[in-house]
Amino acid sequence: MLMKIANAAAFWGDQPDAATRLLAAAPELDFLTLDYLAEVSLSIMAIVRAQDPQAGYARDFVDVVRSLVPFYQRGGKTRIVTNAGGLDPEACGRAVRGALSAAGLRNLKVAIVSGDDVLPRLVAGLAEPGPGSATPAAAFANLETGESLATIADRLMTANAYLGAQPIAEALRGGADIVITGRVADPSLTVGPCLAHFGWPADAFDRIAGATVAGHLLECGTQACGGFSTDWLELPNAADIGFPIAEVAEDGSCVITKAPGTGGAVTLQTVKEQLLYEIGDPATYLSPDATVSFLTLRLEQLGADRVRVSGASGGPPPPTYKVSATYRDGYKAHGQLTLFGHDAVKKARHAGQAMLERLAAHGCVFRETLVECLGTGASVRGIASRMSDTHLVETVLRVSVAADAREPVERFTREIAPLVTCGPQGVTGYATGRPKVLPIFGYWPCLIARAAVQPAWRMLG
Amino acid sequence: MIPLREIACARSGDKGNSANVAVFGRTPAAYAWLREHLTAKIVEEYFRPLGVGTVVRYDVPNLEALNFVLPHVLGGGGSRSLRIDAQGKTLGMALLEMPVDADVRAKT
Repeated sequence: MLMKIANAAAFWGDQPDAATRLLAAAPELDFLTLDYLAEVSLSIMAIVRAQDPQAGYARDFVDVVRSLVPFYQRGGKTRIVTNAGGLDPEACGRAVRGALSAAGLRNLKVAIVSGDDVLPRLVAGLAEPGPGSATPAAAFANLETGESLATIADRLMTANAYLGAQPIAEALRGGADIVITGRVADPSLTVGPCLAHFGWPADAFDRIAGATVAGHLLECGTQACGGFSTDWLELPNAADIGFPIAEVAEDGSCVITKAPGTGGAVTLQTVKEQLLYEIGDPATYLSPDATVSFLTLRLEQLGADRVRVSGASGGPPPPTYKVSATYRDGYKAHGQLTLFGHDAVKKARHAGQAMLERLAAHGCVFRETLVECLGTGASVRGIASRMSDTHLVETVLRVSVAADAREPVERFTREIAPLVTCGPQGVTGYATGRPKVLPIFGYWPCLIARAAVQPAWRMLG
Repeated sequence: MIPLREIACARSGDKGNSANVAVFGRTPAAYAWLREHLTAKIVEEYFRPLGVGTVVRYDVPNLEALNFVLPHVLGGGGSRSLRIDAQGKTLGMALLEMPVDADVRAKT
């Protein structure tokens, strides 16, 4: 018995009408997933929530639910799993519940998953750093740098464990139509429905590995269907690239496809590229549901826009959950102006440096500054720069600063526009106003023992 | 010389301050050539201007792919990096611009 599951949001800010369009084209879908959380999304929510206690989640999802009201009024059965709950799945769930009730859809059941917030655990670990403590600070060392959590203790903002599929599966078995989580591993949004649908035992690791691969292929939306692919220019109808659908079989294999009539393509190449997107060692892809090897996968083009992915192999998940913590780390701003004329790049660099010198003369201290001339290969400076840029008659000057304090960054944002009059002739593109001062969120990946985390779910009344 | 893109596809993405770049042969022969010639050392040297650490290569023969993990290559990554490309979106395209001998085209 196949299970059809699709994705209609790869990140917070993806195409707002993707869910309605997908369900109009493929109303038979069993499940729809929407992924809103990137590495530092929760810290953005923390900032917003500081001003509005009701804003600790992806409000966009409530709009998606409203847009799906006609689908459910027509008797649509597709169930939804999303991590839109962010820092506050409860508030998100209540808002969704409210939107459904207002539309007369009181029969749809909304469940929330909690337990991912481990900030109190990290703080407790800092307070009891001695040997024998259940959660010593050393246990939360930064996975990238090895630094101790104590170095950023006073600036910690959020800490959330990537929960697995289990609580999602339980909520679905409990009858939920919409499951709203906070931080969960992205593929678990797909694995949860598979566990509920097929009733796999918890140690069916090869099948769970297959579902994890399907989830990994779905989680970035259109990227499995040609979005972001090397040969993007050759795609049919790039204006309407379809979101991906996985037809998962009982053995954990799947066929990746997309809704009929949509653009893009599902080919061996688009699927291969997405398989290795944001991957480390392909022999040990770690998720809270299984440790997956990609080295046994087999890909097969079954027909137009249909690629079968089988052969995943898996073992038990690691004994720890990965935690994504964030901390305040100062401020930054980026300012941009366009320059046209002879020696455009030379003038742009000179203008950028002159502005930074002026700020230094005012006493502004930055921990980092950067002058980039876009159009010269600045994205990969030093690699593409062997191309000569003296012939360029146009460039975008982009100047960036970062500081521990807000004030010098604020001052910087006022120094961009004056270059229109005190800079070289041919400066334009200043109509968008002063740049914004942006808070910097440090990213602190670490591990926590599974026993220290209690995933839970409940149905909202 | 020809750019690597004539015989390969690529895909890059970020993880914290690290990135990965997966490279795929456009044909089995192209993959065989990549496996022999596109070493971790060569890729590390190529991305050195971006401050990359020790590059590790993983072979994925069933996908005719090589996966390169590039530590510390994003100038701080995600929220912190001041660069226009804080998330390594351009690194795959950058690697595909690597010049290789023109006779590789005939061999692959």
